[in-house]
Amino acid sequence: MRFLSLAGGFVLGLAVLFSSAPATAQVDVFEFDTAEQEQRFRQLSNEFRCPMCQNANLTSSTGGVAADLRREIHRMIMEGQTDAQIEEFMLSRYGDFVLYNPRLTGKTILLWFGPLLFLIVGGWVTYSIIRRSAGKGDLALAEADVKTVGKEEGAEKTVEISAAERERLNRLLAGINTDSDADKS
Amino acid sequence: MKNLKLYLPVLVFAALAVFMWRGLYLDSRTLPSMLINKPLPEFELRSLEEGDQLLTTADLPNEPFILNIWGSYCLPCLQENPIFMAAKDQGVVPIIGLNYKDRDDAARYWLDINGNPFDLVIVDDSGRYGIDLGVYGAPETFIIDANGVIRYKHIGTIDYRAWEDEIMPVIRSLREGGNS
Repeated sequence: MRFLSLAGGFVLGLAVLFSSAPATAQVDVFEFDTAEQEQRFRQLSNEFRCPMCQNANLTSSTGGVAADLRREIHRMIMEGQTDAQIEEFMLSRYGDFVLYNPRLTGKTILLWFGPLLFLIVGGWVTYSIIRRSAGKGDLALAEADVKTVGKEEGAEKTVEISAAERERLNRLLAGINTDSDADKS
Repeated sequence: MKNLKLYLPVLVFAALAVFMWRGLYLDSRTLPSMLINKPLPEFELRSLEEGDQLLTTADLPNEPFILNIWGSYCLPCLQENPIFMAAKDQGVVPIIGLNYKDRDDAARYWLDINGNPFDLVIVDDSGRYGIDLGVYGAPETFIIDANGVIRYKHIGTIDYRAWEDEIMPVIRSLREGGNS
């Protein structure tokens, strides 16, 4: 039984392997001295955007320029250049566009903090809506309290506080929706 | 206050509509060049005509000229060829070709059939020099001034409108700047 599930896992693994193969359309073969170099190559190729295909990184792009750029990245890694140097190489030729992980500059500040801005504005709107409806709820509760209290302990307090409310209630019950009522909602 | 709230969704819609309408006409395929106002990168490349002679930036014209990135496989290059041919016939401006990621025989055949508007064709079969230029696909067209500085880049086909409205004004202003 255990063997069967292992075999099943193996078959599933193979299926996943082959089904995902077309997603990485890269056909060129590069050789590296160390696993670390290969790892860096993969990471850099994944982080740079293909200038021609626009919505693909260098790893997945089949474009001619992407193949050339992969070759250049491989060359620079083998020459011992740092990731920063390789990024500078790409930036000086193709600009910020090639970075899937954009730098923080004056031009990209909205890109970086735009979502935060929307979060703050949205949060403020939500907060003010909640506060308003919560305030209403408190008022209703307080009215209910006052009414109960009034019934139990005496009519003086109740009359004092709810006179305007009662008048409004009466008007509502009479089916007259006044402007002052609409303002409060 | 009451009216403003009522119209808020309409205002938000209008603002979004303006941005999205603009977005419809934004050309996201055209990347701004990083090389404007920078010297043309150095190169040592073959000429298409004389196979073994290496060309450098010293072989380029000492006046404003056009550098056209093309290939025999590239249909838009065929479309812009008549404009360059007319410019060559009238001696408007020197045009240098950079044969980008192409085969020499295919490139020569293409020029024989369609006409050769280029004063000089530089061969970049590996595409390595194209990377230095920030090229990502033919056709791309650069305007270089008399000092070898890149002053303008047009990505994609050059049609008559682009020639008249973009290319020629830049060439004229470079010439005036050079004379004064």
